[in-house]
Amino acid sequence: MITINNLHASIDGKEILSGLSLEVKPGEVHAIMGPNGAGKSTLASVLAGREEYQVTSGSVNFDGKDLLDMSTEDRAREGLFLAFQYPVEIPGVSNVNFLRTALNEIREYKGQKSISAKDFMAMVREKSSVVELDPKLASRSVNVGFSGGEKKRNEIFQMAMLEPKLAILDETDSGLDIDALRIVANGVNTLKSKENATIVITHYQRLLDYIVPDFVHVLYNGRIVKSGTKELALELEEKGYDWIKAEIDAQ
Amino acid sequence: MWRIFFALTYILKMGYTENELAKDLENQEYKFGFVTNIASDKAPKGLNEDIIRFISAKKNEPEWLLEHRLKAFAIWKKMTEPSWAHVKYAKPDFQDITYYSAPKQSKKYESWDDVDPEMKETMAKLGISLEEQQRLTGTNIAVDFVMDSVSVATSFKAKLAELGIIFCSFSEAVQEYPDLVKKHMGTVIPVTDNYYAALNSAVFTDGSFCYIPKGVRCPMELSTYFRINEGGTGQFERTLVIADEGSYVSYLEGCTAPQRDENQLHAAVVELIAMDNAEIKYSTVQNWYPGDKEGKGGIFNFVTKRGICEKHAKIAWTQVETGSAVTWKYPSCILKGDYSIGEFYSVAVTNNFQQADTGTKMIHLGKHTKSTIISKGISAGKSQNSYRGLVQIHKNAEHARNFSQCDSLLMTDECGAHTFPYIECKNSTAKIEHEATTSKIGEDQIFYCLQRGISEEKAISLIVNGYCKEVLNQLPMEFAVEAQKLLAISLEGSVG
Repeated sequence: MITINNLHASIDGKEILSGLSLEVKPGEVHAIMGPNGAGKSTLASVLAGREEYQVTSGSVNFDGKDLLDMSTEDRAREGLFLAFQYPVEIPGVSNVNFLRTALNEIREYKGQKSISAKDFMAMVREKSSVVELDPKLASRSVNVGFSGGEKKRNEIFQMAMLEPKLAILDETDSGLDIDALRIVANGVNTLKSKENATIVITHYQRLLDYIVPDFVHVLYNGRIVKSGTKELALELEEKGYDWIKAEIDAQ
Repeated sequence: MWRIFFALTYILKMGYTENELAKDLENQEYKFGFVTNIASDKAPKGLNEDIIRFISAKKNEPEWLLEHRLKAFAIWKKMTEPSWAHVKYAKPDFQDITYYSAPKQSKKYESWDDVDPEMKETMAKLGISLEEQQRLTGTNIAVDFVMDSVSVATSFKAKLAELGIIFCSFSEAVQEYPDLVKKHMGTVIPVTDNYYAALNSAVFTDGSFCYIPKGVRCPMELSTYFRINEGGTGQFERTLVIADEGSYVSYLEGCTAPQRDENQLHAAVVELIAMDNAEIKYSTVQNWYPGDKEGKGGIFNFVTKRGICEKHAKIAWTQVETGSAVTWKYPSCILKGDYSIGEFYSVAVTNNFQQADTGTKMIHLGKHTKSTIISKGISAGKSQNSYRGLVQIHKNAEHARNFSQCDSLLMTDECGAHTFPYIECKNSTAKIEHEATTSKIGEDQIFYCLQRGISEEKAISLIVNGYCKEVLNQLPMEFAVEAQKLLAISLEGSVG
């Protein structure tokens, strides 16, 4: 699905990612954890194609294509989805209008016909139930006046609508109460299939009780310094990051 | 967002990293630049009493109207051009303008089938062919089409006549309904009002006239398209809309002009009269040629628009301004009657070297009068976009209310957004609110759209249309669609 090889990236001349490598196969869920400032959100931004970041070396192969060679919108159209840590408000643009525009651009890219209004609305009804999103929110302006929990649920709703190959959840659990967390996690689990994959970026083990990862990676100083199974997350929860930092800094 | 209760000026220049966007915006081309090749019957250049007599004679006007023109001309000669607007331009040479230019037609058209094919083609290019109007609206718009100075075709007149509604060219109204014209013309905007209103009163050639009788709700949108065709002509149209007691009318006005190097002058006067319990909705989509990307050419659009509201009457101005090199325009409401309502909804887009100084005046005279101002400015390129508004509460206007919201959106770091809200309040029971925001088009918003697979061009279109939504929602459906297209052409159409 995605193979990241020795990726180096910086912002304003400061290196954040320093030789990061990661491979995610279809059907897998990978969790990326790590202390503040380790580069977790930078990884999400670089993969999605945020312009402020410069990739200085390394490669990313996404489903057989050179991801770094693609524009931001083409990465999305190829099936890369980023659930934002801070979803953006777009006043005056309804959620449905936004999503229909997105969906049709993706379909056009793939050489498919535009979706009819009827089919689209049926899809909205079906997918909004996945994250228990009030259908009324679908006709409101994108994220405007949404609570923190509603914004995150809206991200997963969009993900459900756009059916990406690879979803990157950037701290989707931050700011969520336990019920919202469960709803969001249920949504992600429902959308999981053998063909798609998920990268979950999180600070806390809590989310991983609901979205069970196949692999857990620890990001520190811009590299993955430790990988394991879900038990690693439990260990981190218990012991914190200091022992890993000590291990790495000693090397 | 912050609130202010005093007049202020702020000038903002903001950094914007998307230089590509700016560059693309600069290079966008005017889509309506073409000249229709129809022989025209025009007056020699220049302005003097003889020219005015020539216009008046051409139009077979009664003596009182000629006198009215000559009086206005005498007043105009003593006036000086105002300089308070936040715009810079070379003063027009009034002796180098043709004041009358009529397409040479042997007869007046009765139906659109009779219209010159070339003129039809012009209308088709403008996207307002009758066929399209019929298709879009289910034949629900009556169009009075003003090409240069003469109204060439008026449709749906018979249907309107059944209801007693008069909708015709101004010249025709002068011939057919001289008493109505004489009684109301110049009552809202006197000839002495300002420099360009005086000029218009002296040399106006045509325009539209509309009268809705007592208690009649006009069943269709009345629409006029203005277009300046002849090189070096000024268009001085005159519009008078009278809504008698308890009546309702929605009036649409659209403007385009061919692309020319020289600056052309457009100085219109629009007067609205809403009698007791009447309502007038007046919507404008203005797309005069804005000049090229170096700032050469384009229309000078110096327009005076004002309405008067009697008791419980309502006037709502909605405008989408994307064109003209220089715009100077303040559609206003005199809230004379108790419980009358004035509304102003505006989107003004400026690009390249365009300058716009636009806004409104809400004059509260009656008790419990209410006004709402929603202004959305969008500046791109090196343009200057100013909102200038006056809210005036007179001492007898008990319990008057005003709400103003002025938002500015900046697309580049070389453009300017300015707000000049004047508030004069002489009654302590008044409630006045002013909100203003200035924002730069959000890179985060664009990135969010891109990440969902939406192209940058469409992203900007979505964001800008969303920003203007409160105003666009005020437009009749088919006009809103056109306005959205225009916004796309003016701003995001060429981004890629």
